[in-house]
Amino acid sequence: MDNDKKTTVLTLTDEEIVNPGNRACSGCGLGIVYRTALKALGKDTVLAVPPSCLTVLQGLYPVASTKLPCVNVTFASTAAAATGVRAALRATGRDHLNVVAFAGDGGTGDIGIQALSGACERGEDIIYICYDNEAYMNTGVQRSGTTPKGVMTTTTPIKGKLQHKKDVPSIIAAHGIDYVATASAAYPLDLYDKVKKAASMKGGTRYIHVHTPCPSGWGFAPQYTVHIGKLGVTTGLFDLYEIVKGEFSLTGESAKRVGKERTPVEEYFKTQRRFRSLSQELTDEMQGMIDAKWANYTA
Amino acid sequence: MSKEEFCSMISVSEPGPGDGGNTGSWRVVRPVIDLEKCIPAKTGKPSCFNCWLYCPDAVVTKTLPPTIDYTYCKGCGICAEECPAGAITMVDEASFTKEEK
Repeated sequence: MDNDKKTTVLTLTDEEIVNPGNRACSGCGLGIVYRTALKALGKDTVLAVPPSCLTVLQGLYPVASTKLPCVNVTFASTAAAATGVRAALRATGRDHLNVVAFAGDGGTGDIGIQALSGACERGEDIIYICYDNEAYMNTGVQRSGTTPKGVMTTTTPIKGKLQHKKDVPSIIAAHGIDYVATASAAYPLDLYDKVKKAASMKGGTRYIHVHTPCPSGWGFAPQYTVHIGKLGVTTGLFDLYEIVKGEFSLTGESAKRVGKERTPVEEYFKTQRRFRSLSQELTDEMQGMIDAKWANYTA
Repeated sequence: MSKEEFCSMISVSEPGPGDGGNTGSWRVVRPVIDLEKCIPAKTGKPSCFNCWLYCPDAVVTKTLPPTIDYTYCKGCGICAEECPAGAITMVDEASFTKEEK
């Protein structure tokens, strides 16, 4: 993205595609992600959304907050439904429209991975955006494949989750698709540029994984959504990168952190109630994993 | 079958603000912008607009000065937290009830 001109607050469009007064919780990170991503996609877009917080946010009957056509589909079929929408558009001569599947982490990494993997393998002309709030938030904070180790959820109430977070973007990147990127709700401009870039690369499957803080599920006051999202990146726990045709590069805040000191990950854990049972050993283990991961990154 | 009949049969929603009702009623603290401190309002030039960028509900406008739509603002306080000039303060809703009556 180095050669492209980066979007700034002043050049970002003020056209809103998401109406205010939607049903998202106060301080919802997804609100920022959805609003920014739709700005980048523009009005020539059709969405496919599985059951998730987004189903509630994008609009229930009779009023919807989204000013776009949006298909509500079953949990396991998001990417398959998007494939079908693309086929229908192609058949009716409206192939210039963006087809975007917008799903949560459970709908992407657990239940929907089969359809997504199939779509990636076939190279369907769709954009898949996964907002990762690290549990099944809409149904009441149950553990998902992408919940980090040690997190308290309603289905891991005593010791926290025992397994590590599943690295979904790497799984998708292993399909060899043209564009895989990660972004964060705390860096909307970076997200905007990535969605814009994905939309410009027509012809193959494009995947964007967005780290999305959730005040009610993670246990923090709603005003800290952006603050905690930024901590997730500055501690090195969640990196912002993009893989364009196999070329890996860190972007934005993560690129600036290479070779420099990162915030200790403990600072991030302390801000959220879901990490309340985290032991010192596990904190050290996580810090060790982050350090090992960052040792491989070069500027 | 007419388009209207078909839409009501498959429960098509119409876009519009406030599908969750007047979400401003969820608010317990209200963001109030101090125009003396707000950078774009003070200098009269478009700049900053962090409140507009980070608002999850699109209720802050990118105008001079920025305004907040209190009908739908849920009072999360992200704008106050992210304002670099500290121009936005979260004021208890109870202190407004008298003057609004």
